[in-house]
Amino acid sequence: MNDALDVALRLLIVFGVFLTFPLIIGQTEHKVMAHMQGRLGPMYAGGFHGWAQLIADGVKFAQKEDVVPAGADRRIFQLAPAVALLPYLLVLLAVPIGPGEGAVGQVVDAGVFFVLAVMGVGVLGSLMAGWASANKFSLLGGLRTAAQLLAYELPMLLTAASVAMAAGTVSLPGILDAFEWWWLPWQIVGAIVFFVAGLAELQRPPFDMPVADSEIIFGAYTEYTGLRFALFLLAEYAGIVVLCGLTTVLFLGGWHGPWGADGLGWVWTLLKTAVLAFIVIWLRVTYPRLREDQLQKLSWTLLVPLSLAQIALTGIVKVVIS
Amino acid sequence: MTFAQAPHVTLAQAPHVTLAQAPHVTLAQAPHGFLSPTGVEIAFLLVGLVTFGAALVTVTTRQLVHAALWLVVTLGGLAVEYLLLTAEFIAWVQVLIYVGSVVVLLLFGLMLTRAPIGRSPDADSGNRWAALIVAVAAAAALVWVVVDAFRTTWIDLDGPAAGSTEATGASLFQNWVLPFEALSVLLLAALVGAIVLSRKAKEESSSPPVNARGVTKSSRPVTESSDPQVRANPAEQEGTR
Repeated sequence: MNDALDVALRLLIVFGVFLTFPLIIGQTEHKVMAHMQGRLGPMYAGGFHGWAQLIADGVKFAQKEDVVPAGADRRIFQLAPAVALLPYLLVLLAVPIGPGEGAVGQVVDAGVFFVLAVMGVGVLGSLMAGWASANKFSLLGGLRTAAQLLAYELPMLLTAASVAMAAGTVSLPGILDAFEWWWLPWQIVGAIVFFVAGLAELQRPPFDMPVADSEIIFGAYTEYTGLRFALFLLAEYAGIVVLCGLTTVLFLGGWHGPWGADGLGWVWTLLKTAVLAFIVIWLRVTYPRLREDQLQKLSWTLLVPLSLAQIALTGIVKVVIS
Repeated sequence: MTFAQAPHVTLAQAPHVTLAQAPHVTLAQAPHGFLSPTGVEIAFLLVGLVTFGAALVTVTTRQLVHAALWLVVTLGGLAVEYLLLTAEFIAWVQVLIYVGSVVVLLLFGLMLTRAPIGRSPDADSGNRWAALIVAVAAAAALVWVVVDAFRTTWIDLDGPAAGSTEATGASLFQNWVLPFEALSVLLLAALVGAIVLSRKAKEESSSPPVNARGVTKSSRPVTESSDPQVRANPAEQEGTR
């Protein structure tokens, strides 16, 4: 009975994080973008600096009519948002937030492979949406999504493998247990490659070609309305949480910090994740959108060679120190 | 058949062999019956049925994209089966490679060429009876070999996972290094072959599209201007512009 309660509690906490953190990041994006562009951003909803803007947005989305285009493939069209969103919930289960077994939803033996595999499934949601909408812009968005996946998946896997080599394990808590501060300069190239490839997976600027609103309306999500559209948006922000959390765990040492790693390790994890999320928002405000072929070129001529070099470096250092 | 004879099936069913090679797999000294199945065995059977059904729909549906999506269910079901056999690493790699990459590539190809919503009447092959025979024969051969090799092999579900990443890695790089390396050479050859084929096709088809575009782009100036040189060489005119 105690075990069941423990599992239920963990699931509940992970679900709570899944529901709140993306909203916090979304609100931060509203405000940070606004101030970077010399605006105020939302100021009215909820009173204090528009803190309830996204809740108001959620209420608005829930009230809208749920439209399925007449020519669409109805069932797949309706299923797509769930396929896009749920993988991030599953990934969140495996991300450790502090030291010990108490601070992770579920210890997964092959954690690195689990998170990358399940994140890859989320892309299927965009593809399904793009195809089932019976809309040319949606189809183009779906195509761009697929092309993008082919570009970023390899560097992401290679850099994650580099960390796994360094730690000698593919379990996420295991990697954190093995972490030393000098891994930071050792794996820094891998960290940057992983983060950039992750941005491409999330379709965040500068890699937002699949949803490029000035070219193809909103890509695969053009035909969506109401709650289903909101779920796609939630998937994007949950993706930011997951990507930043994973980069923190794999490359930035997670709960390790200069002090207080035992009791307050989770604060370090949250802090690093928040800084990375800020960088994601910052990049959106700063950089123009790449073209699809430019991403391919960036990936195959820069990210893949860099990640291979990182693996070679990891291997050499590993052999030298052992 | 005993444990030592298992390597006959290496290439076809490598994951099962890694399981069999792992230290916590016991041979059937104690009687293991099929008549009092445990919860895991029931789950294994049910997931197997779902996987089989999804595979059937994959090859019989007339909607191309639906077939690809049912393939996702099939491959995902297979991953769940691996999980139930404690082969966690293999299961996630299955999801990563097949669901995450192969099916996405398949969908990409379908969307790029033709993927109508609704039925494709020309999606049926005239070879369907031959295909059925080949499929049944291949399935029968595989089932026969695997059952014959592993019917006395039982996985101890209570002990440490027999298919964990560590056990899989150790058996792969201690007992099966040669097949592993041979496979990597095969993949490399396929990679090089793909590059060679694509380059060749590019050289052959590179000149006509360029000319065609030059003509269409400069068609308006040709009709408007009376300069005979422009009309004679539209491609060059585009170059100078």
